[in-house]
Amino acid sequence: MQKITYLDKPVYIESFSAVGGLEESRGPLGDKFDLIDEKDLFGMKTWERAEGEMSRLALNIALNKNKLSPDDLDILVAGDLQNQCVASSGGLFTFGIPFLGLYGACSTCTEGLLVLTAMLTASKNYSRGASVTSSHNCAAERQFRTPIEYGAQRTPTSQWTATAAGAFILGKEKSDIKITSFMPGRVIDGYVKDQSNMGSAMALAAYDSIAAYFSENDPSRFDLILTGDLGSVGSSILEEMLCEKLGENGRTISSLHKDAGLLLYDLKNQDMHAGGSGCGCSASVLSSLILPKVKSGEYKRIALLSTGALMSTGSVGQGDHILGVAPLIVIEGEDL
Amino acid sequence: MENSESYKRRVKVHSPHSKLLKNTLSAFLFGGIICLFGEIIANIYLLLGVKSEDVYIWVTITLILISALMTGLGVFDKIARHAGAGTLVPVTGFANSVVSCAIDNKAEGYVLGVGAKIFTVAGPVILFSLISGFIYGLIYYFLTLFI
Amino acid sequence: MDISKLFLAFLVGGIVCALIQVLIDLTKLTPARILVILVCFGTFLGAVGLYESLFELAGAGISVPLIGFGANVAKGVKEAVDSFGFIGIFKGPFAAASAGCTAALIFGYLACLIFKGKPKRSR
Repeated sequence: MQKITYLDKPVYIESFSAVGGLEESRGPLGDKFDLIDEKDLFGMKTWERAEGEMSRLALNIALNKNKLSPDDLDILVAGDLQNQCVASSGGLFTFGIPFLGLYGACSTCTEGLLVLTAMLTASKNYSRGASVTSSHNCAAERQFRTPIEYGAQRTPTSQWTATAAGAFILGKEKSDIKITSFMPGRVIDGYVKDQSNMGSAMALAAYDSIAAYFSENDPSRFDLILTGDLGSVGSSILEEMLCEKLGENGRTISSLHKDAGLLLYDLKNQDMHAGGSGCGCSASVLSSLILPKVKSGEYKRIALLSTGALMSTGSVGQGDHILGVAPLIVIEGEDL
Repeated sequence: MENSESYKRRVKVHSPHSKLLKNTLSAFLFGGIICLFGEIIANIYLLLGVKSEDVYIWVTITLILISALMTGLGVFDKIARHAGAGTLVPVTGFANSVVSCAIDNKAEGYVLGVGAKIFTVAGPVILFSLISGFIYGLIYYFLTLFI
Repeated sequence: MDISKLFLAFLVGGIVCALIQVLIDLTKLTPARILVILVCFGTFLGAVGLYESLFELAGAGISVPLIGFGANVAKGVKEAVDSFGFIGIFKGPFAAASAGCTAALIFGYLACLIFKGKPKRSR
């Protein structure tokens, strides 16, 4: 069973940033990003290095916003979509901060915040740390799908890996956004083998975590329940299941549910099919759109579940089901 | 919790279908136009005095060259998004698969990056055409012995 | 110029592409598998002699789709077996199809020397 942790002393989000590419700047959140590179290369020569550079820039911006230096950070947790997480380690090693690499596929944003919150709570030695998450469309296309110039038609259920990174600096000093509760998710069989229908493969994991958390929490106390990248297909499956299986509570959750993959892009004018995906998707939506609204008081309490599709090109080639995981954290506004 | 069968049914209901009619129509138009273009340049090559048995080899080479250029300029995948099988089925699709793999893996070096990965999509095509040709050769040889 | 042959090239080429599009949309076969199916089908058409009559009729309409590549393989094998006997089974498969292969690989290599990769765009 999933264990829910309610923090006696919350952990505070002190600073956050979002970095993105051209498609992200064309979306509805475009002007809310801290930095955009319209070439998607961030001055690097390859897409893989560009992803690492995005992480570095995101952390740099988050540090500068609060006039912090790398020495003020005790721990860095980071993850991305590349094999062996080389974008995070390669992009962030120059800061010289103790580092933990994470892999939760597209769930990495929530996973990182959760792990960091737990570390800050557990040890006196850690008073401030950062969580950084990135994904790059071209690096992901090359690794998981086809060459970038390859002319293939995408199916309507496929999603678009975001070229984006988000950095979050968490600490124990009081500020206006806090993390009050967290719950790791279980790995759930998504029953789907189709690599271009990942929203469906992850919807069950999101349902599993939501059902567990709201079995002992009242959803009407929340202003938003945000999933990471279920896209249009996964979202409609999740909402249908919630209404069918959780009764009145399920209908409340369903009405509060939004998906970061559907917020990042303008789906009418950008040809993204079922929506955005990738670990940069929930990270950049959280820091460009959601956290400012928590800060301003528009949202008092939100639940964030980034959803990860756990698979590799090898496992898909061998016909394995795509597995899903959805860790959950609760973010609240603090009256200062 | 959901079981495999009930969930697969649910996924099927919620997953939008490809626009079959629109896709098929545009595949027909793009594919037809590429073949028409091939036939037109075949006629031009004939007029220019190319030997009639070589004309269609030149057509193939010309189409491959054009696809390579369009892939390199980043136009091919934009057209293919609408054309679907219309650009995949003609030799243009084969050329695009070779060229895109080459460009994509340049950063990993010219021998193991380009050299090995240029065959990612072309390799299977070459292998299976060889196998089918080999099997036909065997059958044909033994038929000629007995007939 | 033979107008009716031009029209048949358009029609036959278009129909082949349309049929394959239906196959892709209904079965979700990957493009690489589609190409393999096409060349094998081409070898079959060449082997049973249907390709030649289609080619007479539609020209580029059937030779430009990858079916033509497979049919050339069959043609090469047949000619090689006719002139060399058993060893022709080994000598033949690529004889008539090599031009397309060589062109694609050489142009592919040249293209990667000249061009840089560009990011995918949604429009």
